[in-house]
Amino acid sequence: MLILLAVQAMNALAVQRFPKPEFESGYVQPETLLPSPRTEILAVMDVFVLLASLSIVTWLVLKKRSRNGVFWMSLFSMIYFGFYREGCVCSIGSIQNITLALFDHAYVIPLTVMVFFILPLLFSLFFGRVFCAGVCPFGALQDLVAFRPQRLGSRLNAVLGLIPYLYLGLAVLYAATGTDFIICRYDPFVGIFRFNASFGMLLFAATLLVSGIFIARPYCRFLCPYGVLLNWTSRFSKRHLTITPSECIQCRLCENSCPYDAIDVPTPAKNPDSTRTRVKKLMLISLLIPVLIVACGWTGSRLHETLAGVSSKVQLAKEILAPVSGAAQTESFEIKAFRSSGKTASQAFSEANVILHRFYLGGWLLGGFIGLVFGLLIAGRMLTTFRTGYVPNKGTCFSCARCVDYCPVKS
Amino acid sequence: MPNRREFIQKLVRGSILAGLGLLSGALIFRSREEDGCGFDFACGSCSKAKDCNLPQARANTQMVWQLDPAKCIQCGRCATSCVLTPSAVKCVHVYAMCGYCDLCGGYFKPETKTLNTGAENQLCPTNAIKRRFIEDPFFEYTIDEPLCIGCGKCVKGCGAFGNGSLQLQVRHDRCVNCNECSIARNCPSEAFSRVPANNPSLLNGFGKEEMKGQNIKV
Repeated sequence: MLILLAVQAMNALAVQRFPKPEFESGYVQPETLLPSPRTEILAVMDVFVLLASLSIVTWLVLKKRSRNGVFWMSLFSMIYFGFYREGCVCSIGSIQNITLALFDHAYVIPLTVMVFFILPLLFSLFFGRVFCAGVCPFGALQDLVAFRPQRLGSRLNAVLGLIPYLYLGLAVLYAATGTDFIICRYDPFVGIFRFNASFGMLLFAATLLVSGIFIARPYCRFLCPYGVLLNWTSRFSKRHLTITPSECIQCRLCENSCPYDAIDVPTPAKNPDSTRTRVKKLMLISLLIPVLIVACGWTGSRLHETLAGVSSKVQLAKEILAPVSGAAQTESFEIKAFRSSGKTASQAFSEANVILHRFYLGGWLLGGFIGLVFGLLIAGRMLTTFRTGYVPNKGTCFSCARCVDYCPVKS
Repeated sequence: MPNRREFIQKLVRGSILAGLGLLSGALIFRSREEDGCGFDFACGSCSKAKDCNLPQARANTQMVWQLDPAKCIQCGRCATSCVLTPSAVKCVHVYAMCGYCDLCGGYFKPETKTLNTGAENQLCPTNAIKRRFIEDPFFEYTIDEPLCIGCGKCVKGCGAFGNGSLQLQVRHDRCVNCNECSIARNCPSEAFSRVPANNPSLLNGFGKEEMKGQNIKV
């Protein structure tokens, strides 16, 4: 063991065991080439392309009302942000950079990443989800294969729509604790853009694309964590895509035009419930939401050790505590690295404890968040909003402008 | 006079806008109090910005992934964990550190009897290291980079028996700079970190100053 440790220590410190030779034959040492990374000007160009394509899509959606234009823009974005930039940096993943930067002061967030996070949200806050319509390469790729979109029904849509919230919560939790960037890790399409991925990820991407033939944009609707943020900013957007340029004549032509089930149909009556039932509903909701928050929060806190199991430091501490049987001959690289780093076991344990504690707190918050979302979902389904015409749902509409072509009212 | 719904929308929109503004402001300005050079936020025109390690200056530069050979234990995961095949990590030969040994710990397997270039003697699984006679008793070892898969076997041998002139490095002409490096996640010794793109190499035994006089082209 001592010999092993000594070898490890020597490994860590390169020592000049053999002196530099003095050559007599006039030999010239070759140069060690260290190629430099992609220049920063190109990163600035990415930001510029993002801003330009967001503006163009906004103009196409709101002013031109042209589905064709949006389609060609999405194709361009897929080629530029997808195949040329190989899907990195993207707005979806930037959630994690922002979170990590907020919690870890040593991490310096590049300005470009920040712009990629904020710009689509700003556009969504004023013009709806134009980013999803024609700038996001993931959306563009899935939009291409949506040949036979089926209606899922509002209940299934609502339940599956909860997954992005859970995904977002987990991504923020893991990024805030500095454990992992799960959005990037389980990014299905980046492998397609790079023509290079593990079998599991390719299978995931293929599943999404094949199911995307019948369920349009499955990743965007039922997985994308950035979509949650865009959904909520878009709900309060100043202007948004409208199906009809003027008044809806309720011809029902657009009813089946939306592949994403994002068109809200008119409600039959203004207030279907009596005042008494409405008060009852309100009381039920105001009771239900806090109960759900506490219950889910408690569940989350119970799960904190499982959640923390992903952390490499926690795994290391576990391995030190209980070595796998028969590990005497084949000790893992983690243990070897730990030995050569010269840290003591108690240091590793205290590090793991800090992380466990963070996950305990994070488990409560994550659970509470999920409870709140669940409660709001139930509340939203209990209460109805009065509508007289066919309008795109400002939250879930991707502003793809397909419905526009179905409206017989022109100008 | 706007109706109630419009008023609420306006209110929420304003607060989201304020929140986004606060967030970006906090992220840009937050580390100003901790340490500074007295000229915060003049980084763009500062002539020393390139060598500056303060967070403000770094915020203006791209960060790229690099592995620290001092922490590396040559586990071999660089060869398999990268999103690229072959890996963006390759062995770099720092000639300035090399002893030009006949019995090279990075080239030959430990039990080798005859020191020739036979495949059975070579440590490298892909024959990426080329051995060339210079003058008695010195041999030059060069790396055929397209063949190198970054397994680190030669690095381990050179570090254990030689000067440690063979070192693993992320090659930035190949690296796609993922948001989270998948090798970094699998690295058992936490050797991966983000470094400023204008000084993207971490070579063991050769700091920035030492590199200047040597045959290292950055």
